Amino acid sequence: MIELEVNGVLREIDMPLDTPLLWVIRDGLRLAGTKFGCGMGLCGACTVHLDGQPVRSCLTPLSSAEGRRVTTIEGLGDGSSVATLHPVQQAWIEASVTQCGYCQSGQIMAAVALVDANPDPSDAEIDRALAGNLCRCGTYPRIRAAVRRAAELKRRGEAVVQTWDPAVAVAPVGGLPA
Amino acid sequence: MSDSINGPLLTRRALLKSSAVAGGGLVLGVNLTGCASSPPIADAGSLSPDAWLQITPDDRVIFQLDKTEMGQGVITSLPSLVAEELELDPGRIHIHLAPVHSRFQDPLQVTGGSTSIARRWEPVRQTGAAAREMLRAAAAERWDVPTAEIEVRDGVISHAASERSARYGELAEAAARQRVPQDPPLKDASAFRFIGRSVPRTDRVTKSTGEAVFGIDVGVNGAELPGLITAVVIRAPRFGAELQSFDGHTAREHPGVIDVFQISSGVAVLADGYWPARKGAEKVTARWSAGPIEHLDSASLEAAQRRALDEDSGRRVRNDGNFARAADAAERVIEAEYVVPHLAHATMEPMNCTAWMRNGTCDVWVPTQGPDIVQAVAAEAAKLPRDRVRVHSTLMGGGFGRRGIPDYAVEAVEIARLAGRPVKVVWSREDDMRHDFYRPATCNRLRAALGADGNVLGWEHRMVGPSIISNLVPDFLGALLPGWMPSGLTNVLGRAGGAVIRGRDSSSTEGAADLPYAIANVRVESLVHDPGIPVGFWRSVGHSQNAFVVESFVDEVAHAAGVDPVAFREQRLAGHPRHLATLRLAAEKADWGNPAPGRQQGVAVHASFGSYVTEIAEVSVENGRIRVHRVVCAVDCGLVVNPDIARAQMEGGIIFGLTAALKSHITLENGGVKQSNFHDYPLLRMDETPEIEVYFVDRDAPPSGVGEPGTPPIAPAVANAVYAATGQRLRRMPFTLDRA
Ligand code: FES
Ligand code: FES
Repeated sequence: MIELEVNGVLREIDMPLDTPLLWVIRDGLRLAGTKFGCGMGLCGACTVHLDGQPVRSCLTPLSSAEGRRVTTIEGLGDGSSVATLHPVQQAWIEASVTQCGYCQSGQIMAAVALVDANPDPSDAEIDRALAGNLCRCGTYPRIRAAVRRAAELKRRGEAVVQTWDPAVAVAPVGGLPA
Repeated sequence: MSDSINGPLLTRRALLKSSAVAGGGLVLGVNLTGCASSPPIADAGSLSPDAWLQITPDDRVIFQLDKTEMGQGVITSLPSLVAEELELDPGRIHIHLAPVHSRFQDPLQVTGGSTSIARRWEPVRQTGAAAREMLRAAAAERWDVPTAEIEVRDGVISHAASERSARYGELAEAAARQRVPQDPPLKDASAFRFIGRSVPRTDRVTKSTGEAVFGIDVGVNGAELPGLITAVVIRAPRFGAELQSFDGHTAREHPGVIDVFQISSGVAVLADGYWPARKGAEKVTARWSAGPIEHLDSASLEAAQRRALDEDSGRRVRNDGNFARAADAAERVIEAEYVVPHLAHATMEPMNCTAWMRNGTCDVWVPTQGPDIVQAVAAEAAKLPRDRVRVHSTLMGGGFGRRGIPDYAVEAVEIARLAGRPVKVVWSREDDMRHDFYRPATCNRLRAALGADGNVLGWEHRMVGPSIISNLVPDFLGALLPGWMPSGLTNVLGRAGGAVIRGRDSSSTEGAADLPYAIANVRVESLVHDPGIPVGFWRSVGHSQNAFVVESFVDEVAHAAGVDPVAFREQRLAGHPRHLATLRLAAEKADWGNPAPGRQQGVAVHASFGSYVTEIAEVSVENGRIRVHRVVCAVDCGLVVNPDIARAQMEGGIIFGLTAALKSHITLENGGVKQSNFHDYPLLRMDETPEIEVYFVDRDAPPSGVGEPGTPPIAPAVANAVYAATGQRLRRMPFTLDRA
């Protein structure tokens, strides 16, 4: 049994110690926002924060996360409205960064770590911080712009103003038969 | 996917019908095929399965999306079409992902070929317009006023003179009793409020909070799939190799492993999570036969393609004038050989599928571009009739053509059938890289006949490669044939169909046979050489390689003729005003001829999927490394339904094409694939991404696709810019420079 703090809550994990944090999060804690892309630290889809630092959860064994603070995409904001999300998420929404969306949790976690540490990152710093996060859909130009915007929102302590109603229901999967 | 399997563009009108759902309000369905069929297993109280649009008495407007979402934005753009005619903010529309239904097939319920908007443009707007007119008629009847005086706006129906109004939901039941207009008036483009505007993506919030549910996430955060377990599959190391024996004893003892057994594609390891399944799989020993192509590698394949070009003339897909005579009369003939490799799709979400068989039914949750193809092959794997298989499409973490092939769904159903509980098959990145249906490798020989004045007298393009369609049809024809046909017959027909289609597959010649330039003598020949590597549709299909080959050689010819590459194209595109307009727009925006200091420009023009695109790349070459700084893209895709989504698709298409131009390729080795993950199949990264500017030609022609047309021109634009910068002609992808 290993204890970790996940998104502010202390959790007890009963999984083999060599299990990568990615699968602890997905299969053990049932948080699906953190994605599996390569399993080898090559794509960044699985990026989470360990004590505030971005890590590749697919390469982080459970044993090395013991007693530490894990933040996943689900832990960034309470999600009750766009304004309560992290400025990075707000900027992402404002710029419609996403295409398929699969890489975006990892991109956002990498960007949050950058913007939290550096209030005014240059383009080169943004490129460096996110170069390890692959996006097959090619959303990079918007990611770059959204990170700049997120930093600006954060510096000014502002939230984005939504011009369209964001509360659109998308049925997640086809309904299950009774 | 290619135009070639999707049949003629659906321009006929949808046959609208209203279906009665008790308490369901107004439900409008479509029939795209014109033939009726029994509905799928209906869930009581749910949205009628064949309906596009439902307005419920509690005032919800539900749009059932029969196309699947892989990032291209149909989840936003198609509802906008209905919203426009229904006079409702698209943000208020609830979107359901549709089940398989024959009424959605035209002829397949497939998402690909950049066809979703083009084919739905009329029928989806008609559905919205019909609902609007039925609401108006219902209000007129209830208030006893002329229909002409009824206004509809933003979810409210009103009659100004009598100051009465009602929400859509309040009139939904009454509207359902009205006659369905078959030819409802469509709004004039000048009155559009949502079409042509950048309605934001409806999935942008859930995809920024981690809540969006992809195939791989099915059942992870809910209790809806009790006892869901994970399976991984050990597959053949070489194409065509058969499993001879395996030993799963040690694997079975690994903690968490539930079972190990054989399925048609290999050995399945089932466990209570991905990690124990993967660790268990490492303990399985499997013996495989050598297989039919054990000695094949990329070099021998290329040599075989060259031999084929030496020995055979191939099928003539275009023959204007007489190339041979033009070549004889020419002052000089220039020639070149272009080679493109196999490529993997490498969607960020690896292949996966969840299946559950119980009580004589089978449920499949699957990120797919072809839900009806999944249904057909799942029924066969489940040994059930098709109407006992429910396919639940999920969001896809990328598709690019890969997810039109249902191999991973077959695995899930085979495993679920034996496991007797819900099972999710998850591929590793290595599985995904090595068991793809690859963009074909091709070899191309081109010749151009030049007159004394530099005039181009003739053009010849000879190519060799496999045929995607004949490669795929034998396996997956089942989805195209009616469900009552016995599977044995389906297989026989499949093989026969493959043989008939072989050599007539336009997906290999698209973008080459339709060379737009005014040249009197044009000969294009295509040879099929298929060594047995699985090939498939890869974003923009044949255009992806043919644009590179054709537009690079056009550049060679322009330089040989001593003419500026933009001027050369302009002079020969008079008969193609839409190509020409994008060329002029791009040249103007990129300030052609005046690149930033230290950089050079290259241009390419290419039409695909009904859209016309010119891209101009600005590159520099430093220390033997190609750096793309800026790309200007001009596109004519008809009326732009959603400029922001269209721009995103062009950006994404360009970046996808840059990966192919600069970074990655698949190498065959001993009959299998050498690459395994992103270290040896690298994708373009953020720090390598140029500034991209996208401009639209102002047109009110019916909209065409944007998912694929951005990809083809970028590789030749970059290659041509590199030639301008270094004098080196890049005739092989991905590009490598001689270190001279
Ligand atoms: S899944 Fe961890 S870096 Fe790719
Ligand atoms: S949005 Fe699809 S991989 Fe990034």
